[in-house]
Amino acid sequence: MKPADRVEQVPPSGIRRFFELAEEMDDIISLGVGEPDFSAPWAAREAAIASLEQGKTSYTANRGKRELREAIAATVDNRYDLQYDPDAEILVTAGASEGLDLAFRALINPGETVAVAQPCYVSYTPGVIFADGDVCSVPTRREDEFTLTYDLLAEHGADEAELLVYCYPNNPTGATMTRTELQEVAEFAREHDLTVLSDEIYAGLSYEHDHTSIATLPGMRERTIVFNGFSKTYAMTGLRLGYALGPPEAITAMNRIHQYTMLSAPTTAQYAAIEALASCEDVVDEMRTKYNRRRKLVLSRFEEMGIDCFRAKGAFYAFPACPWDDSEAFAEALLTETGVAVVPGTAFGDGGEGHLRVSYATGIEELKEALDRIERFIE
Amino acid sequence: MSSHDEIVELLRENARYSAEDIARQTDTDPEDVEAIIDQLEADGVLRGYRAVIDHDQLDEERVRAVVELNITLDRETSYDDVAERIARFPEVDSLHLVSGDYDFMMEVEGDSMREVSNFISDKVAPVPEITQTVTHYVMTTYKEQGFILGDGDDDDRLSISP
Repeated sequence: MKPADRVEQVPPSGIRRFFELAEEMDDIISLGVGEPDFSAPWAAREAAIASLEQGKTSYTANRGKRELREAIAATVDNRYDLQYDPDAEILVTAGASEGLDLAFRALINPGETVAVAQPCYVSYTPGVIFADGDVCSVPTRREDEFTLTYDLLAEHGADEAELLVYCYPNNPTGATMTRTELQEVAEFAREHDLTVLSDEIYAGLSYEHDHTSIATLPGMRERTIVFNGFSKTYAMTGLRLGYALGPPEAITAMNRIHQYTMLSAPTTAQYAAIEALASCEDVVDEMRTKYNRRRKLVLSRFEEMGIDCFRAKGAFYAFPACPWDDSEAFAEALLTETGVAVVPGTAFGDGGEGHLRVSYATGIEELKEALDRIERFIE
Repeated sequence: MSSHDEIVELLRENARYSAEDIARQTDTDPEDVEAIIDQLEADGVLRGYRAVIDHDQLDEERVRAVVELNITLDRETSYDDVAERIARFPEVDSLHLVSGDYDFMMEVEGDSMREVSNFISDKVAPVPEITQTVTHYVMTTYKEQGFILGDGDDDDRLSISP
């Protein structure tokens, strides 16, 4: 059977080969994991179990349980100063990834262009291609600490695009953007009438300044869709639960696709999420504190090793410069010779070459051991 | 969080963290961490460092009991006086004055049930202010000082993920 052209057009994920290599080895320490090492807070898991015991296994409303949408509305208002109507402007999705896919399909006409800030999460470019859009790559740079600037957008022709998609705090770089920095992006979007898809899945993990959503800047709410969810902050990746916040017409369009393709996000996960928002703030604070300590440990070790690594301020990634020119060759040699897995920056698109993604979603003792091995390896 | 509090928290998480480990996780100098730990020890905040042990994994048997103690005070004797007498016995692992149906909650450890029983009947019960003892032998320990005992959870995440 021959796959459709748009599928053939997308190569398998760049980390696939690396994953297969790592899977063949025993006893590796992986700093290549893009998800928390914690489990979801017990109260949230317990609520999920209780919902199953009560037989809550049917579909929910397409947009998600109203109780959950209300809780999301209250939480994002209180935490990020975002006001969204639970009935018309919030859509609960199977992970933020589904939300992004829905937005691409709901908003892109064939041949329209989407500016993608890179390096980035692996699904944006394929998502645009699956929606028959064209990608305009906007590589961010080490000298800007991997933030997006007005000049970068202009230089790479993002003014020709209809949409802009980016993620801050960022996977894979750990970069964050302050309110002031985002103002430049907002200005560009307003000037060139861009719709912004703002992936804020790591919003809960910003260590040096409060997270700002671009939707809170003047003239941006009506042209922005915000994506967030429970995977990272609440360590619920496998429960597949996210949400999209946006103007009613966008959410309605996305829900049109969602209602035919997904029906509703996983019911059990929705019960877990309601409890997570209601009672798990302390657990989240504790996880955040631990990530922050590991972040400081990793950054200080790289500094002492003489590896150039900008001060990553969010998510759970550091993005050091690779000691070799070829980051794939380095990562492969590091893995086979020391059993430490990191992901070459090339897996995350343009602008990633010459860097390594180092995830610190790993216990302190393993992290220390892995860093010792890296130090010995580069010597 | 003050650096004192953060150091206490980190040592509670793992008392074997070196000054360097703590310094790296808190963006401070190891010398400053050493100085703060010395100060906390001198002030009596940090009283000691002990391992958390799952005795079921060891061959030697260890008997633990939680003992409720009821006390009758008189004008000359306070709870502190009684507590001080009992706490000096090395068999006593912890001693708390608590609210509720009894006065002291005492944890005792020994090599055998006989040893613990003898200790309570010979040393604790005869204290004049102690009017009643109720001894609960620990049968199974599921969680100890924050650590869930038994088989740990394996990290079953994919070794590499986006």
